This record gives sequence, structure tokens and C-alpha cells, in this order.
Amino acid sequence: MNGVALERCDVLVIGAGPAGMAAAVAAAPSGASIVVIDDNPAPGGQIWRDGPGASLPPAARKWRDALDGRANIRVRSGTRVVAAPEPGELLLEDAEGAVRMRWGKLILCTGARELLLPFPGWTLPGVTGAGGLQALIKAGLPVEGERTVIAGSGPLLLAAAATARAAGAKVLRIAEQASFASVARFGASLARWPGKAAQAVTLADPCYRTSSRVVSAGGAAKVESVRLRQGNGKEVEIACDRIACGFGLVPNTQLGRMLGCELASDGFSARGLQVDARQATSVPGIFAAGECTGFGGSERALAQGTIAGHAAVGNERAAAAHEGERVRWDGFAAQLHRSFALSPALKALPQADTLVCRCEDVPFSALKDCNGWTDAKLHRRCGMGACQGRVCGDAAQLLFGWTPPAPRPPLSPVRIATLAGLASEGADARQ
Amino acid sequence: MNNGHTLLNIDGRLVRVKAGSSVAAALRVAGGTGIARTSVSGQPRAPFCGMGVCQECRVLIDGRRRLACQTVCAEGMRVETSE
Repeated sequence: MNGVALERCDVLVIGAGPAGMAAAVAAAPSGASIVVIDDNPAPGGQIWRDGPGASLPPAARKWRDALDGRANIRVRSGTRVVAAPEPGELLLEDAEGAVRMRWGKLILCTGARELLLPFPGWTLPGVTGAGGLQALIKAGLPVEGERTVIAGSGPLLLAAAATARAAGAKVLRIAEQASFASVARFGASLARWPGKAAQAVTLADPCYRTSSRVVSAGGAAKVESVRLRQGNGKEVEIACDRIACGFGLVPNTQLGRMLGCELASDGFSARGLQVDARQATSVPGIFAAGECTGFGGSERALAQGTIAGHAAVGNERAAAAHEGERVRWDGFAAQLHRSFALSPALKALPQADTLVCRCEDVPFSALKDCNGWTDAKLHRRCGMGACQGRVCGDAAQLLFGWTPPAPRPPLSPVRIATLAGLASEGADARQ
Repeated sequence: MNNGHTLLNIDGRLVRVKAGSSVAAALRVAGGTGIARTSVSGQPRAPFCGMGVCQECRVLIDGRRRLACQTVCAEGMRVETSE
């Protein structure tokens, strides 16, 4: 049997979104060999996702060109991390096969995922995340003429609405769970951060409603309607073809936690990877930047990524030069988290028969009496499916206050050949 | 690729999509509601998170299990839905 090929690099960057791009570009002048891997087909992350339905902003082009222009940066798209077989080494898999990558310094730029909460009907075809709909449209999903309701929380709802409209969807309603006072304060604060003032205008969208949340999706084999609870306590039913619902973002910390990195203990980044002023995590040689340290937008990710890239190659002065920028965008992130804090009322979203775990089809009623995540996993199979609890684990944290345990390898569903190749490699080494 | 389009095969049907489209988009272009798989209790599921997290859009692509939302359509690609 063929073993898995072994490769080496000085700096390995996981994630090619704004933070990962900035980290690689900042580290490049040192001459270090840099590899950037990302599980998407092209660099850009979620915010700068390219595709037939995307129109990339100039900043995205600039960073992509910078990445392409460096001979010592190698980008491996369509590649995911499976495991950490040894310290200083990650097992990677792409469509073709597997590779063991040895690294000198590791920079985690693993981004964030949407918080997707269960509500009656959320498994119907036609229901997606809010950022999820945006990503699907950018990748070519046709939505022309589709009546679309966007719900959940955060500025991403407005960005999703803009993308859907540009693709010809009829956006009927944008339902934000935060209060008018809270959103208005956020809008007023936007002028304090460069380039953000224009975003305040989008808050005046005539379809935008505050203190408003999804109750249920209706339909037999697909979405036909949505029920929303409005600020006045009344419910309204809207006929629609699509519901895009997301409640903000959750830092992707799985890989960091598997490698032993501590999570931050307080502030808005409490569920993100803990980093110091140089973006160093609690594990020597491992840095983290961007949304995986707490979500706060692409400007913060670029600043953190730049600092991490400089720090990883020992350029302390260049790293320090970006500290003010980082602090400024941390301020923006804190404001974002305050303004769109989730209401405890969202715990009432699922009904007894609402599936919480979409992989194993585990209903809310089966979880109510569990005493924690491990109990739910062992006795109800919640989180035992292909997504490995990435969706229901986040939901259970909000619904029941359960903290998921540190993830174990493989980090994502993996081909047997990858694991078998690894095993034979180990066997060779022992002989 | 022809005229900026890609032709692929989804469950035995030829489907023409804009070049660069994801397989998730192609499932919808193929017609219906874009179903990728059937859940353990028999429910139809379509792409949901759109970014490689939820695994709802897993399909067989040229015989290998892959995520439709993270795979770009290629000329002649064979996609099989349902597990």
C-alpha cells in the first residue's frame, strides 16, 4: 500500500479568508516557504467568496493578487485538515489524495460558521442559513423571482438581502431579533469606524423589522410560508419560497482546540481562540487570527492576520506597527456583539418534535432530559453524524447551556484510504 | 466548457450550468428543490449552510463522497444524489 506523501513548509496557514491571506502576505518578505490551505475551491473565505454569482470588491482582488504574486506562497484550495498525527504535523486531504504536512509555524485562520438554530420546519428544502444563502448564490444558485424572507440576527442579514436582490430574488422581509434601540445605537456608532458609515444606510431598508423572529417554516415537501413573531407580540404568516435564517457567527475553534489551544475566557471573544498581542495562542509556535479568535469582521481579520504573519517569521517591529489597527477593530467587534446580543427568548424556538440534530434526526423532546452534551451524544446520538455536532452543538450550547468537549480526529469525514495510508506509514516507521 | 457554461450529469440527467457554479447550485438548476440526500428518517434535504459545515449537501461526485457546496462543476462530472 502507498504511504501518504510527506511535505514540509516553514509557515502553514489554515484558511484563505482575509486573515489567512494577510498572514501569508505579511510573512512572505522573510523568504519563508509558506503554504496556505483552504477547504473552499478558491481563496477569499466566506466574505470574498468568488463564483458566477459573486462580484468581488476591489479589496478582495488586491489581496488575491498579492497572494498570487509571491513565489514562496503556495495555495492549496479544496484541502481540509483531517488530523494531527504528530506534533508539528497535520494530515491534509483533497479531492486527489492525502498529504502529511510538517510545519515550522502554524497560523490558524479558520474563520467562523453561522449559528443555525432549530425551529419547526427548518429542515425543509428552501431553508438555509442567511450567510448560507449568500454563499450559495455567489456559487451560482439561481434565485431569480423567488420570494425570500431573511431572519435571525446581525449585519449579515442585510448583506444576504443585498446579494439575494442583486440575483433577482424578491426579499419580502428581513426579521432581526435585536431591538430597535439596540440596532439604532449600532447604526449611530458606525460613523466611528472608517468605511462603515455607508453600512448604516442599509439599516433603513423598508423590509427590515427589529424585535422580530422566526416561529416556523411551513410547507409539505419544501418551504411555502414562514411565520414570524413581531415586536408587538403578534404573529404574521408570509407566503414565500425561501427562508434564510442565521443568528450571527460562531468562531471555528475545532482545529485549535484539537491542538490544545486555550479558548479566551471573557469579553466578546469568549468562545474564540485565546491570543496575545502578537496573535500567539497558548501553544508555542501556533498563532491564530481573524474570526476564529472571536468574530469581528474582515478589517479586524486583516489586521490580526498581518500581525500573525509578521510575528510568525519573527518580525516584531512590523507586527507591533499594526497594533493600533487591531485595537480599533476590536472596538467595532465589541459594539457588534453588544448590539446584536441574542435574546433568551430564542430558547423557545424549537417545539418538542423539532429536530435539533439534522444528521441523526434527533428531536428536541429527546434532549430535554439529558444532563449534558456527552449524555445526549451517547444516549440520543445527538451530534454523532457527519457534521460532528458543528450545527447542533452550537444550538445545544444556546438552548441548554451545554459545552461541547474538545474535538477528536478525524476533524471532518475522511476517506478510508487517507487513514489507511497514514496507518501504513506508521507501520513502516516502526519496522 | 462551452460559451461560459459547463455540462454535467446529475442522476443520469444532463444539466447545463454557468461555468464556475458549485454542484449545490447545479442540483437546483437540475430542477425540483435541489435535494442532495435523504435523512436517516427519510426526509429530503437540500444544501443548508452553504459553506461546508452542515454536510447536508453530501453527494457522490465521480464516485467519491464530496460536499456539493464546496465542489465546482466540471465538464462531464457525474453526480449521484441520495445516500
